[in-house]
Amino acid sequence: MTKLKLTAALLGTTLALGAGAAHAEGLLFWSTQAKPVEETQKMRDEVLAGFGAAVDYQASDEGPWITRIDAETQAGSGSIGLLGGLHGDFTSVEDSLADVPTDLAAAGVVPGYVELGKLGGDSQKYVPWMQATYMMAANKQALEYLPEGAELNDLTYDQLIDWCKAIAEGTGGPKCGLPAGPKGLKHRFFQGYLVPSYTGGMVSTFKTAEAEEGWNKFKELWQYMNPASTNYGFMQEPLLTGEVWVAFDHTARLADAFNQKPDDFVAFATPKGPKGRGYMPVIAGMAIPTNAPDAAASAALIDYMLKPETQIATLKATNFFPVVDVTLPDDMPPSVKAAGEVISYTSTSPDSITALLPMGLGDAGGKFNQVYTDMFERSVLGGQPVRAALDDQAKALEAIMQETGAPCWAPDAASEGPCPVN
Amino acid sequence: MSPARIPYLLLLPATLFLLVFFVYPFGLVAIEAFSRDGSFTAANFQTVFGHWKFPAAMTNTLLLALVIVPIQTVLALAMAVLVTKMTRGRDMALYVFTIPLGISDLAAGIIWLAIFEQSGFLNSMLYHLGVSEQPTIWLGYQSKWVIFLAVVLAEVWRATAIMLVILVAGIGLIPKEYNEAAEVFGASPWKRFTRVTLPLLRPSLQTALILRVILAFEVFAVVATLGGTTLPVLMGEVYQWQFALQDRGVAAAYAIVILAISIAATLVIMRALRVPKEARI
Repeated sequence: MTKLKLTAALLGTTLALGAGAAHAEGLLFWSTQAKPVEETQKMRDEVLAGFGAAVDYQASDEGPWITRIDAETQAGSGSIGLLGGLHGDFTSVEDSLADVPTDLAAAGVVPGYVELGKLGGDSQKYVPWMQATYMMAANKQALEYLPEGAELNDLTYDQLIDWCKAIAEGTGGPKCGLPAGPKGLKHRFFQGYLVPSYTGGMVSTFKTAEAEEGWNKFKELWQYMNPASTNYGFMQEPLLTGEVWVAFDHTARLADAFNQKPDDFVAFATPKGPKGRGYMPVIAGMAIPTNAPDAAASAALIDYMLKPETQIATLKATNFFPVVDVTLPDDMPPSVKAAGEVISYTSTSPDSITALLPMGLGDAGGKFNQVYTDMFERSVLGGQPVRAALDDQAKALEAIMQETGAPCWAPDAASEGPCPVN
Repeated sequence: MSPARIPYLLLLPATLFLLVFFVYPFGLVAIEAFSRDGSFTAANFQTVFGHWKFPAAMTNTLLLALVIVPIQTVLALAMAVLVTKMTRGRDMALYVFTIPLGISDLAAGIIWLAIFEQSGFLNSMLYHLGVSEQPTIWLGYQSKWVIFLAVVLAEVWRATAIMLVILVAGIGLIPKEYNEAAEVFGASPWKRFTRVTLPLLRPSLQTALILRVILAFEVFAVVATLGGTTLPVLMGEVYQWQFALQDRGVAAAYAIVILAISIAATLVIMRALRVPKEARI
């Protein structure tokens, strides 16, 4: 065992030095996920150790990850057995991916994600591996203000507004919150939740009348949000201090609230708009490169990774959730239990509109996010009319789409050429 | 070696340093600002001037300079005169006055943030004095003027000493005879200050003002810590475009804009506080 660890360490060193030759022991799993050393080690010891054959799990940043895949494709010979990455990572290396033979229906993978793995084509380019997402969390004290007839997991934006209003009036101060600080993930809320819930799209419907309605609704909601929201980064902190009672954030950024005071908080699905519930999963997948040394072994590893036991082990190692139907055991941390239920509800609910993280934007990702952040700063904080701000920001969005040539991604309908902004 | 060449020789290292670390990078920035995908263009500047945040960033930057610099000038003059008049403890007073100078602007911003934030010193003080029940959000997006005021306070606290140091040196250069002569003729202390010290201090005042105004146009870290994105300033936009939006061309164009207003301000100050050659001490 010590010898193996030593080999792994040495291998890691040589890889880090950029001398990564094809001398991997066993099957090389080349991934952008589980990068922190502890997570990488857990992946090796607790997840992959049970596979039977030796697997060499190597995690890397996106840049070197792509470079090595491209290099192996160009050289016509490869040493990577399996690729792991986010949905967006795979779109950058699409031409280097072989079709995956796995029977995903039999494995019980969520059908919506199976479709995503086809990258807009007909064949399966990657297989869903694990997922994370955003959700709502509420202090149990807030529940008594819930409007009559409202179901937590079936909340509409109108009901959320009523609820936040009731809390604000009942307690003497606004207690709903959004991570709208400089380090907060507010842009994901607008891109993946608000806009798709009202328009059914993210980019192509950006300046429609429905989008205008959505932004106006949000302005209404904002009146009952804690004004300190513009300073919040991770909502678990104001939730724990009691400054905020109802909040939206990434599952990982709410985890502390549930783990420190499991009895004080409930997790629930994000609200619905007229078109449904916008929902932004962060999906990681596995793919087999065209030059894999032993494609059959790679496929066998995929089968192993999709087993319910392996998926649970992966959840413990990385805090990313299963993509197959599993019952979580009882010994999970409270944050995992809370988020797990919401995720499985949201991902299987027929109302959900899956909105993916932007793809094909390259280094314009920051500018893309800024379009939505600017909309918020202009119309909500700055008080500019929504219509005028939308029209102006639509120009910026259109310029990004033209510059990058990125075609539409879900939930927008596929496009020929750059995604249009209507 | 002829003695005439020694000054140039002594200037050589500094000149080389400036060429390598200032002029050369500046050239690169200028090229970056005027090009896009390898061809010459003014598109970056169109983006800058057409961006919705630009008017606000420009106004805030100029307004901050307009408020901060006069306050600092008056304070620095008063402090300089005070220090010069002291017979004992002069060095001690100078050290104390210049302590904030040794603190980075980011650290200064953080210190003032600790005072003004929701769970900061100001709110806990007000709470313990029984003035307020609930913590007030001082630096929220709804109260831009409070953020503005906090930035002014932090900047005055932090950077007045830069002017002070220059002015103290300047006052030290003024020959005592002028003041003594004025005193003999019965000029009041105020009159001596306005008629003797101030005019003779013009060269130092010029240097101090130029330095301070340029620094005021580059205000960034204090604003970023206290105001986040609520109070946009030019330098904050440079940072935003360079790092968050990954667009070096527009960031470079912003930098050139800051350079342009800095040069303009320098020319104005040089002209306004010009000392004729015959009048120099």
